[in-house]
Amino acid sequence: MPGKLKAKIVAGRHLPVMDRASDLTDAFVEVKFGNTTFKTDVFPKSLNPQWNSEWFKFEVDDEDLQDEPLQITVLDHDTYSANDAIGKVYIDIDPLLCSEAATRICGWFPIYDTIHGIRGEINVLVKVDLFNDLNSFRQSSCGVKFFCTTSIPRCYRAALVHGFVEELVVNEDPEYQWIDRIRTPRASNEARQRLISLMSGELQRKIGLKVLEMGGNAVVGYLQCFDLEGESGLVVRAIGTASPNTNTHSNTAPASNACNSPSKDSKETLPSSSPPPFSPSKPCSRQSSSSDTDLSLTPKMGKTSPPPHAPHPEFPFFTLTCFPPGFLVHVGGVVSARSVKLLDRIHNPDEPETRDAWWEEIRQEIKSHAKALGCHAVVGYSESTSICEEVCILSASGTAAMLNPRFMREGCLDDASPPSCGFCHIPYDEFNMPFPAQLTYCYRCRRQKVPDVLFTTIDLPAEAAVTGKGCLIQARLCRTKKKAQGEVNATAISNLLPFMEYELHTQLMNKLKLRSMNALFGLRIQISVGENMLLGLASATGVYLSALPAPGGIQVAGKTPSDLNYDQHIATMQKRINDTITKNKELYNIHPPESTEELVGSPIPDRQRSRLFRSTSESSDELLELDLSHGKKDAFVLERGSVTMSINMFVSSGFYSCNTEVMPGIYNWTSGLQMFTSVRVYRLSNANLTNQGLNKIFTELCENLLKSLYFKLRSMIPCCLCHVNFTVAVPEEELIQMGAVRLNCVCVCGCVFVCLFVSGSGENEDQLQFSMELCADSTPSNNQPTSKPSERCSPLPEGRSRSLRSTRSMPCGAPVAVVKMTPLSFLPGTRIVKYLGIINMFFIRETTSLREEGGVSGFLHCFIAEVFAMVRAHVAALGGNAVVSYSMKECVFMENPNKNQAQCLINVSGDAVIFVRESEQEATPPLMSSGQISSTGADGTT
Amino acid sequence: MRMSVELDVFVGNTTIMDEEVYQFWLDGYTGNTTFTISHTQHPVIHKIYPIVDLSCESCFLSSPSEVNDAVKVRMEGGVLEECEASAEVLHSDTMDQYRTFQMCERLLHSPAKLANQLLFQIPPHRQAMLIERYYAFDGVFVREVLGKKLSKGTKKDLDDVSAKTGVTLKSCRRQFDNFKRVFKVVEELKGPLVENIRQHFLLSDQLARNYAAIVFFANNRFETGKKKLHYLTFQDFAFCAGQLISYWTVGAVDNMVEDMDVDLEKQFLQDLKELKILITDKDLLDQHKSLVCTALRGKTKVFNEMETNFKNLSRGLVNIAVKLTNTKDVRDFFIDLVEKFIEPCRSDKWTAGDMRLFLTHYTNSAHILDTFKHQVLWDRYMGVIKSCILKMYHD
Repeated sequence: MPGKLKAKIVAGRHLPVMDRASDLTDAFVEVKFGNTTFKTDVFPKSLNPQWNSEWFKFEVDDEDLQDEPLQITVLDHDTYSANDAIGKVYIDIDPLLCSEAATRICGWFPIYDTIHGIRGEINVLVKVDLFNDLNSFRQSSCGVKFFCTTSIPRCYRAALVHGFVEELVVNEDPEYQWIDRIRTPRASNEARQRLISLMSGELQRKIGLKVLEMGGNAVVGYLQCFDLEGESGLVVRAIGTASPNTNTHSNTAPASNACNSPSKDSKETLPSSSPPPFSPSKPCSRQSSSSDTDLSLTPKMGKTSPPPHAPHPEFPFFTLTCFPPGFLVHVGGVVSARSVKLLDRIHNPDEPETRDAWWEEIRQEIKSHAKALGCHAVVGYSESTSICEEVCILSASGTAAMLNPRFMREGCLDDASPPSCGFCHIPYDEFNMPFPAQLTYCYRCRRQKVPDVLFTTIDLPAEAAVTGKGCLIQARLCRTKKKAQGEVNATAISNLLPFMEYELHTQLMNKLKLRSMNALFGLRIQISVGENMLLGLASATGVYLSALPAPGGIQVAGKTPSDLNYDQHIATMQKRINDTITKNKELYNIHPPESTEELVGSPIPDRQRSRLFRSTSESSDELLELDLSHGKKDAFVLERGSVTMSINMFVSSGFYSCNTEVMPGIYNWTSGLQMFTSVRVYRLSNANLTNQGLNKIFTELCENLLKSLYFKLRSMIPCCLCHVNFTVAVPEEELIQMGAVRLNCVCVCGCVFVCLFVSGSGENEDQLQFSMELCADSTPSNNQPTSKPSERCSPLPEGRSRSLRSTRSMPCGAPVAVVKMTPLSFLPGTRIVKYLGIINMFFIRETTSLREEGGVSGFLHCFIAEVFAMVRAHVAALGGNAVVSYSMKECVFMENPNKNQAQCLINVSGDAVIFVRESEQEATPPLMSSGQISSTGADGTT
Repeated sequence: MRMSVELDVFVGNTTIMDEEVYQFWLDGYTGNTTFTISHTQHPVIHKIYPIVDLSCESCFLSSPSEVNDAVKVRMEGGVLEECEASAEVLHSDTMDQYRTFQMCERLLHSPAKLANQLLFQIPPHRQAMLIERYYAFDGVFVREVLGKKLSKGTKKDLDDVSAKTGVTLKSCRRQFDNFKRVFKVVEELKGPLVENIRQHFLLSDQLARNYAAIVFFANNRFETGKKKLHYLTFQDFAFCAGQLISYWTVGAVDNMVEDMDVDLEKQFLQDLKELKILITDKDLLDQHKSLVCTALRGKTKVFNEMETNFKNLSRGLVNIAVKLTNTKDVRDFFIDLVEKFIEPCRSDKWTAGDMRLFLTHYTNSAHILDTFKHQVLWDRYMGVIKSCILKMYHD
């Protein structure tokens, strides 16, 4: 009997009218946990009922506490017929299970119905009493903290990095069970929501167990995904990095992330422009059952540090993208693997081995790629899937890297921070390169060799020296394919994948050069499969790393040099390209010292100049092909269409965008913040799709979306879109869904406004000072010896008491607390004083009156707003005032206009935190308890 | 190859609203209204205007803020330049905002909800703006329905009103529904009318006063539509309503009863009959006249006209008072004031100063009449009449 859960239902407000006759509602509440249900009294004839219930007490195992959500159902009492459900609230108890996280959940929650959306609010108070658990064979992992943040959370210190943890659970999807034919859509949606909530609870618990086994106490960079495999079932998988993390002490280590999503067929993308070796895996149809394999490999702490090439723990993967200085020794480049699988029904949910095996295969492949690059670890690691009918593409990617072995052993470095160029140096053998690359001596230290370009999936390391500003670079690609079934289909997709990767890579390369930059960070390549097309979208943030050589120019060459017109045409094009490069240099403020060119160690061989071959065909969209055997230095291959596109790249002053956490080259942030989600769905009407036509459309869609965003956010200029996250999907034939572009816009001051934003501009430094105090590991210039954990006192207890006090002094009925949301791991100009727990929510919304709700746009607009509202309410109830590392993992939209129906699924996650403004640290945090009882009286029917 | 946008939404954590677009929405331009950018010769100046029926377009073009905004957009962002899709972008943005406003509309019907709802995160000053603008109304529109019963019948006639005033039907309906909603809510509340409106609908003091006037007029069904009253603006009436509410209603004596500010005090109206003596008693009338004439002699250019007309004017004012017990005559209060007093004076070319002088002495002289016993009553009556007439006496 390790725990007692207590819940109290206080009041409701703004309830919908359930009785047409009286225009009122007779509401009561059912509180359910596990199999126990309690009910409140009926509060008759009111839209603002005051139940003030007793404490409902549930005595439960902590295993259940972790798995189950608290389920609150608001109903309308009906004497003669069945009681009508008004809506539900699911509350995840998990944050209450950690001693240092939230102490209670208390506040107004929107009452949510999967058919009607939000219908009023309910005020709930939840507490948990945990008993000491002496059972060493326990199945629960209470106390393990989870963070979505892919860096070491700001008020913690990682003492030790354990390594990768992964887990995967499978189940049948209720939507596809036979019973679904006879139950109402509402019942089916609720069954699904509940199941997913259970599964993610279970998953988290199991991962927690693995972490405990490793001796860790936290998971950072926790990434959970749902694979809605339709008929085949439902897979929930998660990866993370396990770390021992005690928040008052300094001995937190980032834990390894576990990923258990199955993926295969990998190809690796190397930082050079060479085409990655593709090994498309043969499609295999198997019955898929997901299992949890014990893949978590933790480098044992305190053991011998793994020498760079020595055999390492099975999967030395890290889901982190941001590291303490000195952690990364060298970065090799992007490694990725993909595999195409045929899904089959999951026959036995208890044996999910198949999917585990899939992912294990993929991870092995990633590992071997990393090895080929001379690296022993993969950082910035992530996994994803794309499913269409029974075909599933599993993808994994990361950045091969060499880590500082001392970190694995001792947790933190006490020597001075490494040179700013260290991570650029090649980890592999110069004379035995895994791919053709142009090496030069590092432009900063002049001692080590560096590649000519560097592609990575991680954030720009804080110590990196950058010239000018960064910018968002995207490569977009569509490939048509024949409609097919089963293995034929899978084979076709497998065959296409290498070409797509190659082309995306080439596009990235060209756009990078066009902007006169030489490195990509935060690279994320998404390949989505549809019935008759494949979509590829690669996004990254381009920068000019001062340590790397200046990118070469771009040369255009035609295949038929005899034609005079052609030559002329090419010459014009060349000129335009050169002009663009010059313009971009200006725009991004890239002015590298010219003189260094002379010092380049390796003489430039002839082959460095690559040629573009242009076909003689008259069509304006013909491909220009690059002779790839040639060196990379000056290579530039693009379709002519895209050349034009990238040249006419649309630029708006005052707007910067990147998909990494912070914009390279911009340091003066203000605290103005706006997070938003934008979703677009396009219908392609012509069935005769060609690759070129599609590419053009796709590129336009992306560009238009960006333009639209700039327009909408124009009032925030000068500003920067950070962490721009594009997701594409091909939900059904000819429909492209630019799903869930989660963007975060942070105002940064342009040079003109610097003095206006005094409080914001010092932010970076302040943050550093703070982290020095608390998390020595994440401070780049940290010279002090790390004090022992016990000596460290964290400001957290202080923070809490302050917030509690403020809660009490807060006048009742205060307006709804403001909750900020951001995909970043921090809030500019503020300091995060406490992490309250992970937010991981899954919602389904369905409508049978699509037209009445304003069509698909109206429906989705409302749903997204509702999801935001529910996230905010949960954070506020935990006592928080912001969500960091927020992301919308899933946004699946289905519609049937003929039946006037639509359905949408959204999964969001993030870390609930309390922050205080840098400038007013002594002031009370803007924490408000939104759940004051007395406030309900005020908004009654007065 | 064609593609069509099937779905296009943008949702911010902090709800993004453009005041300009909000105004378009309030003014009743449908979401399908496309916004285009017209490139003028000058490279810097762009204009944004909605393509709507031409009758309305001109008013948008004439608004300088429109142009300024567009210029600002252009200079700050360069967002709209050289992108063919700019109309699309604007359209998409407009649609997003319209949807937001539509979702907010339900909340705006009871503004207190806006502060504690959870669906939209709107900063308080924006909330205030949303409410204030939502409850704002057009002077021309309100003139049409002022004093009319806020019933379904009146609502049906709104298309005529719309055609007559040039205010879109949608906007007319919103304004009408606002009147009705405020009316219904305050009908059942105790306490001062203006304060009730202000607290319940979170309006500014000025707007709350205007609503109080509208409610007051609707409740007493004052006639305001007659041709002779056309020259009066809503503000004239709102001022008079304020005077009547302050001095003639139940609330002027007792401030804790229902409808205290909406109904005129019955007893007071009854008592007004006593004033009849001022015109029925010949001595009193003559005495009153001579007192006023003595006071005014040499002080006004229209002395002679005043002297000739005194008895008529006095009869007019006192008769209005005497008849106020009839609901019908209450309704005709303003028309009577204009016909019996303002028009005769206007035809005699009285200035506003003359008017003020006359009314002051006319009121004060009655106190000196030895046989006149209703000083308090007289002051309560004449105080309001005087300020109303002064407000109404213009072209």
